Amino acid sequence: MAADDIYILGIYMTKFGKHTDKDVVDLASEAVLAALKDGGVTMKDMGIMAAGCLMGQGSIGQMIQKQVGQTGIPVYNVSNACATGATALRTAIMAVKAGECDMGLAVGVEKLAGVGLLGGGGRPKSDSNKWSPSGRFGAVAPTDGRIGTDTMPGTFAQVGMEYGHKYGGATFELFARISEKNHSHSTLNPLAAYSKAMSKDEIMNDIMISYPNTRPMCSANCDGAAAAVVVSGTKLKTLSLEQQRRAIKVSASILTSDPYQEACQVLPDVNTLTRIAAKQAYEQSGVSPQDLSLIELHDCFATAELVHYDNLMLCPEGGAVDFFNSGATWRTGSSPVNVSGGLESKGHPIAATGIANIWEVCHHLRGEAGPRQIEGAKVGLAHVIGLGSACGIHVLEKSAL
Amino acid sequence: MPTQVPHVNYLVLGDKPHLVANECVSCKARFFDRRNACANCSGTEFKKVDIGTTGIVRSFTIVTFAAPGVPVPFVAAIIDCEGTSVRGNIINADPTPEKITLGMKVQLVTTSLGSDDDGVEAIGFGFEPAK
Repeated sequence: MAADDIYILGIYMTKFGKHTDKDVVDLASEAVLAALKDGGVTMKDMGIMAAGCLMGQGSIGQMIQKQVGQTGIPVYNVSNACATGATALRTAIMAVKAGECDMGLAVGVEKLAGVGLLGGGGRPKSDSNKWSPSGRFGAVAPTDGRIGTDTMPGTFAQVGMEYGHKYGGATFELFARISEKNHSHSTLNPLAAYSKAMSKDEIMNDIMISYPNTRPMCSANCDGAAAAVVVSGTKLKTLSLEQQRRAIKVSASILTSDPYQEACQVLPDVNTLTRIAAKQAYEQSGVSPQDLSLIELHDCFATAELVHYDNLMLCPEGGAVDFFNSGATWRTGSSPVNVSGGLESKGHPIAATGIANIWEVCHHLRGEAGPRQIEGAKVGLAHVIGLGSACGIHVLEKSAL
Repeated sequence: MPTQVPHVNYLVLGDKPHLVANECVSCKARFFDRRNACANCSGTEFKKVDIGTTGIVRSFTIVTFAAPGVPVPFVAAIIDCEGTSVRGNIINADPTPEKITLGMKVQLVTTSLGSDDDGVEAIGFGFEPAK
């Protein structure tokens, strides 16, 4: 292990679902304490903490410290939409890489069970009694629903449909079959919010939210937390052989934002920043898309999963439909995607997602994934998109020991 | 006092209703909202340009579940208006996947949003299947 390499030493995700008896601090504390224990270290070993809770107050990190250990270390409270967890992890990695400390902690937590539809401001019962322009569009009335949609299911439906317009073959049925795969995968994940298999027909006949996304094709709002401890290669060498054996190498840690594209003002472009991040991740890690034993990508909607096959270069450009139809992305295929069940069934407690997907990959690389283990997993990729936009990609590799 | 106001300031009413964009003078990137500087090249000089009123549907979704107060179903779409991407609803057509298709030709039309207490009518826009 090279001195300047970064490793995941300990990592944990809580059960995703409805935690009526726990608040965000309880959930985050459970994740932090368990991640520290998993790594065989304590809060006293941590030199930095990065924390995120998108829907919560600004000082979530300090609130968690009050429950797990106030050691006086710097806390970075981060917020980056659905990429918040990955941003927290990247922040801890940067601090260790910069040599400011040799161990860091990242945590993401969210309580979203029962929140319902995200995005879309809604409207007052009646429009105001006097039309008067406001905002950057000089609008005299709300635009959501009158000039397109602001909802997340609607936005990502258009992302998938646009791919269909460009390359063809992206039918309602195809998107439903992507969802069928993830729901099938979830049956092996005891930590998933929903772990029930659903047939293509059940998915297509469920409540339509925003065509072609029906309810089971949307990410599940739920509660959950995940935390990770990162360590420098130099420090890891001083730890026990068991810690070294279970440590997972972070071969690439990338964060991008969305560069200007012609249409990005009318539909967020989740493609370009993912392609750029993927290219950087493969270059930084020296890993090729075909080397990946498993991929956890941001299937916030079934329509999003399709475009990311292409963006992550798992298939030739324009070839995502054929790629899915080949069976490659099922857990038995050549590029298993979302063996955790993905956001559609595992759930999407926003700020936890970008660390929970790392946990899933680490779990397989350590050979600890039980019945859903991808046999012989050596290298994996975790991807998240936060609308606005931010993309986080981490490439992870099994310890050489 | 005007009897009509546009829903948004990039909709121009009159005999030939159309959309206008702020075009960056240096790189020609177009924006419907007010910009402090160009998102593409950071230029700060903009000029108004008219946007074509016909286009093709590059993407759409039929929204059946929306925020409170937003009537459903409706079709939200991205229209390629002669080279400029525009966001808008498809109206005057059944909101079903049988009637709305990718690549279909559409044209800009206006629609009333109702009148306020002073009798001023707000006029919005949408796209309908091209005749």
